Amino acid sequence: MSVDVGFTHNPPATRLLEARAVSAGYGGAVVVDGVSFHVASGETVAIVGGNGAGKTTLIRTLAGMVPCLGGSVAFAGADITGWDTPRICELGLAQVPEGRQVFAPLTVEDNLRLGGMLRRSRRDTRRNLERVYALFPRLFERREQLAGTLSGGEQQMLAIGRALMANPVMVMLDEPSLGLAPMMVEQMFTTVSELNREGISILLVEQNVAESLRLCSRGYVLENGQVALEGAGASLLADDRVRQAYLGF
Amino acid sequence: MIDQYANIVAGGLLLGAVYALIATGLNIIFGVMRVVNFAHGEMVVIGMYTGYWAWSLVKLPPLAALPFAAALLFGLGYAFQRLLGNRFLTAPQHVQFILFIGLALMITGLHAMLFGPEPRGLQSEASFAVYRVGFLRLDATRVQAAVVAVILVAALGLWLRFSLTGKALKAAATNPVGGRAVGIRIPHLFAVTAGIGAACAGCAGVLVAPFFDTQPYLAADYTLLAFITVIVGGLASLPGAMLGGLLIGVAEALAAYTVAPSLKSLFSYALLIIVILARPVGLLGKPGDAH
Repeated sequence: MSVDVGFTHNPPATRLLEARAVSAGYGGAVVVDGVSFHVASGETVAIVGGNGAGKTTLIRTLAGMVPCLGGSVAFAGADITGWDTPRICELGLAQVPEGRQVFAPLTVEDNLRLGGMLRRSRRDTRRNLERVYALFPRLFERREQLAGTLSGGEQQMLAIGRALMANPVMVMLDEPSLGLAPMMVEQMFTTVSELNREGISILLVEQNVAESLRLCSRGYVLENGQVALEGAGASLLADDRVRQAYLGF
Repeated sequence: MIDQYANIVAGGLLLGAVYALIATGLNIIFGVMRVVNFAHGEMVVIGMYTGYWAWSLVKLPPLAALPFAAALLFGLGYAFQRLLGNRFLTAPQHVQFILFIGLALMITGLHAMLFGPEPRGLQSEASFAVYRVGFLRLDATRVQAAVVAVILVAALGLWLRFSLTGKALKAAATNPVGGRAVGIRIPHLFAVTAGIGAACAGCAGVLVAPFFDTQPYLAADYTLLAFITVIVGGLASLPGAMLGGLLIGVAEALAAYTVAPSLKSLFSYALLIIVILARPVGLLGKPGDAH
């Protein structure tokens, strides 16, 4: 319950994550160039675009892993521009990084435990482990196995489970379908919508344009580091430019 | 004859256990951060001075001074890593090399300035105590040093293997991107690692203070010794550091006895060369761990 008293500094409570004219890059090259978008509380938003459009850099900037060169990022009512990653994670913004980045020489369960080391979640480790194992029974079966020996799909489950261990308010997923077998891709998108149904807001960054736009309520198309198009997922799917450039029909 | 050699070997094993502790510190820092601490021997000497002054000023025996040395060196190592070391992690290796050589020279210079170049011996009644086991005659201080060193190395190994922080260190070392992504405080963890590595050196310094006279210029010997130990045992392998330490200890002792005390390094270098030729990753090293 929030009452607007007229002088609050917070953005409207419905805007959980908001990027305003965010720019970022590496060594002088601008990769993300003035991107503005937002994710409302409880929403699933997709950012789609081709290789090199700046999607991963954008996620890393939001997560504090790449310095923000311009613009600002707000999350859960706080201006998080320039914050380091652990501090951002403590606010409840978790990520599933590109390429899964599981800890190969550690067991599945240890990977999950490390995802729950934050102050906000360390007391809930046992409960969160149960939740993750309920969501991914496969991970429970393999909990003593080294993460490096899992299949690509299982590693993706592990990366998602690890993010869930942090009690996230919102999860950013960077290319969760990349390199997975078609059946696993399907399952991955189902999992993402399940998480959303549990109340976790989702930012999905994907090259799989059709699936992600179908899944999300709103989407943004990123081209050359800029937002080229935005709108409801269904209307972007129907857009001629999107169809020609990304869907091939 | 045989009991004489047995005594030499036993003495070498005892000292080798302390070498293993020194090498373990170097190994942990390398294993987690891929950084070679060229100031490691200097940290051993800080520990030796801590032991010396604790005894000469307040009559605190070395074993009681151990926690203080550990805390002091942990703090120094942590602060160094947080303020300077972390900034150099991505620097080219020759730049890191200069950083640590500079740190080493600075520590030795400070020691010389503060305490002078003269060797300082720490002598207490314990220095003359001897344990007799069969025909073995073992100096009490060396037995204590070895026992404590083995306990510390084992405890550290178990902690690294089973604690969540130990696992986080492994995670951050093998996959820093994944570590950052889940919010692991890598700068803090690296500083803890540097602190632990320095504390290993410092504890070893206190332990050897009762039987080696402390002076600033011992540092280079200890750094070199730690390198040989780590390379013989295997980079980033803790059991390797233990094995390497014991082998070097025995090799030195045998060389000192059979050839000449001033040539004691001869055998350890011979051992080093043989291992490098026969098994470049070290006796217990894994191929992926050596760069």
